Amino acid sequence: MAGTRPLLEVEDLNVRYPSHKGWVEAVRGVSFTLGREKLGIVGESGSGKSTTGRAIMGLIRPPGEVTAKRLVFDGRDMNAMSERQKRSLRGDQLTMVMQDPKFSLNPVMRVGEQIAEAFRIHHASGRGAARRRAIEMLEAVRIREPERVYRAYPHELSGGMGQRAMIAMMLVSNPRLMIADEPTSALDVTVQMQVLGILDDLVSERGMGLIFISHDLNLVASFCDRILIMYAGRVVEICRAARLHQARHPYTRGLLDALPRVEARQERLATLTRDPSWLTGETIVDDGAGT
Amino acid sequence: MSANGGQPSIISARNLTITFGHGADAVQAVRGIDFDVPAGTCFGIVGESGSGKSTILRALSGLNLDWTGDVTIDGRDRTHIGRRAFYRLLQMVFQDPYGSLHPKRTIDSTLGEPLYIHGIGGRGERIERVLREVGLDSSFRFRYPHQISGGQRQRVAIARALILEPKILLLDEPTSSLDVSVQAEILNLLDSLRRDRGLTYVLVTHNLAVVSQMCDQLVVMNRGRIVEEMGVEALMEGRTSHPYTSQLLEASRGYDREAARELKTFD
Amino acid sequence: MTDTPATTPPGPRGGWRDWLLADVPKSATQAFLGRFYLGWRSFARNRLALIGLGIVIVLALLAAFAPWIAPYDPFAQNLGQRLLPPSWEHFAGTDELGRDILSRIFHGARITLYIVALTAIIAAPVGLIVGTVAGYFGGIVDIVLMRITDIFLAFPKLILALAFVAALGPGIDNAVIAIAITAWPAYARVARAETLTFRRSDFIAAVRLQGASRGRIVLFHIVPLCLPSIIVRVTLDMAGIILTAAGLGFLGLGAQPPAPEWGAMISTGRQFILDQWWVATVPGIAIFVVSLGFNLLGDGLRDVLDPKAR
Repeated sequence: MAGTRPLLEVEDLNVRYPSHKGWVEAVRGVSFTLGREKLGIVGESGSGKSTTGRAIMGLIRPPGEVTAKRLVFDGRDMNAMSERQKRSLRGDQLTMVMQDPKFSLNPVMRVGEQIAEAFRIHHASGRGAARRRAIEMLEAVRIREPERVYRAYPHELSGGMGQRAMIAMMLVSNPRLMIADEPTSALDVTVQMQVLGILDDLVSERGMGLIFISHDLNLVASFCDRILIMYAGRVVEICRAARLHQARHPYTRGLLDALPRVEARQERLATLTRDPSWLTGETIVDDGAGT
Repeated sequence: MSANGGQPSIISARNLTITFGHGADAVQAVRGIDFDVPAGTCFGIVGESGSGKSTILRALSGLNLDWTGDVTIDGRDRTHIGRRAFYRLLQMVFQDPYGSLHPKRTIDSTLGEPLYIHGIGGRGERIERVLREVGLDSSFRFRYPHQISGGQRQRVAIARALILEPKILLLDEPTSSLDVSVQAEILNLLDSLRRDRGLTYVLVTHNLAVVSQMCDQLVVMNRGRIVEEMGVEALMEGRTSHPYTSQLLEASRGYDREAARELKTFD
Repeated sequence: MTDTPATTPPGPRGGWRDWLLADVPKSATQAFLGRFYLGWRSFARNRLALIGLGIVIVLALLAAFAPWIAPYDPFAQNLGQRLLPPSWEHFAGTDELGRDILSRIFHGARITLYIVALTAIIAAPVGLIVGTVAGYFGGIVDIVLMRITDIFLAFPKLILALAFVAALGPGIDNAVIAIAITAWPAYARVARAETLTFRRSDFIAAVRLQGASRGRIVLFHIVPLCLPSIIVRVTLDMAGIILTAAGLGFLGLGAQPPAPEWGAMISTGRQFILDQWWVATVPGIAIFVVSLGFNLLGDGLRDVLDPKAR
């Protein structure tokens, strides 16, 4: 990575929401850089992992508040951008895939038309060209009958097919960075693997950057290049995915030990005892050491 | 297909078929399956969505009545067991702890309801006792579901299932919407409750690791049929006989670029 | 269990507010009151809703204390003082029989409140039960109940009410019955739609598995969930009910003279509308203000009670 400019630089990202008990800080001082790689963000519910993704996308709405010392996408300072500039970036170079495609696709519009529409928003092109592009994208996500899926309505597609259509829609504008928030959690394992295969190819073939947000440690460890582990809004540990099982932070260790395993039964599964020092301690960085 | 190790089976199903819809629209969700659940064990039903695994639980519990076949529970024909007696014999824990508790009722009221229906006295004491058994102290008694976490809700759902002191618990993906650390706590709780009370579990899940941790025997389902029946030792050692099971096992180990390209669908 | 720390840790503050907001209520009553208090706090943030509530409270107070606050006897005729314009002596003037209009408005509040309350008490439970039973039982029960509902909905409300009053005979009680008959089908629709969203939920499945009868499930588990949207709907309908009652009064089919019903007052004031505007206008304003009050209150309640509308 040395010498090349990182795709995304995040420094001291904070997100907070008001509640009747005062401010709730959902994300506290998150910093990382992302190259053309697969970065996993892992954590339990309430850890701030999804909020982090949404904040980078600029999707946090008032009364939520986002601040960041630096938020630089591909050399451009997003803090200095107008809402209009950010909007044109979103959906074009910066895209997000959500957990459930049913909520992200318009239920009364044909899938293919939505993809073509997404293309036409950011590119001056005719209907025919947009249609060809949409079909190409459906092929790119390995949909066997792209013509049929083009004409289908979202409810006519299975979960895996819907998620692939969603990814096709995100890809149509050739994004530089994709944020995928639990993109496969609602899918069966076999379909999950196929969708991950597609994302994997996109990163290795198109040089796209991917932020993969998930609660599934094993999946992230086997799929991503690097992992951020989040707890209570903070990054407590950063490590290479291959070295996750050598993680040192007690929270990461606790999560790993709490997982049941197919190969062996434990008398009792280890449970996590939360330590208040995790809320403030240093981030443990094991970045590339030993590789 | 006899019960394991000579233990009598507490649930046995023969030619169980479950159909949705009528006439031309009829879809067979479960197609004539046989299984036996030995008393005092945990029996796993594994499969992906649409395999019919949850449908089986809804039929066994009586939530869905559109089934045919012979089902015997605790030595009696399922259709001959009276309603009240049946519900004191068998209870169920649902997947989503956010959807399985009435949003406008306190924990106390949710747990008191079955006691009231069955005319069981000493409600306050029983509620506090069952809360203790699932690891919640009495401070939870008068809270509403929205005031407690997902793991605590699932404990309340387990308490509700236990309060009538049934012999059998049907567990429908009881931990799949929980965080890993909470999942470990709930699995430990379920395991110790089963040992202490001699309960029988039928556990439906898509997670093979959970099956290894909890179950003694399992069946693997695909599209309404049982494709494989095995002891949990065979699963742990990876001795699978059906390619579908092997594929599930492979996928459960995490992402593998090569394996992802070779996935098949089975009919 | 939430991992996210709140920035202001809950310190010992004491007082009734902490008791209400306790995370660990010690009794069912405390839990209920705490919930109620949180609802009130979010309601009170809405200024317009508070104004609406204020109007409704003023209406209730006027009705309760009419004999004591009304400056004159609402029935006392004084032909020497007929059709006087508003003055310090008669704030809202007098009508064609020399009766003080303001006093009649105050006493008329009693009639309005009576109509509104009685209609709500009759129509809401009927609609709630019909809707929840139809929704939960489904099948033939649903078809029969909802087709009956459709028949009632097929007529314009006022026309149907007119027909019933004509059949039952004019008078305020018959007007109430007629309005209630026309009001319940809308509540049945709302309750059925709500029920359909709950009937397949896991918490209903769980009570079924505990052996609860269908009646018990509808009454104790489904009805409480439909209640908020019915309350909102009834409150928003109050304006319509008041207008229907006034309409019936105007047509001479509601409250009978000399009862100071606002609609009937407008009706008599109609003859003098060009020269003595106040006779018809003052009860008109009363109807307008009270209708507005109920609407504002209903909107505020909807924001608090109905999470889907947010």
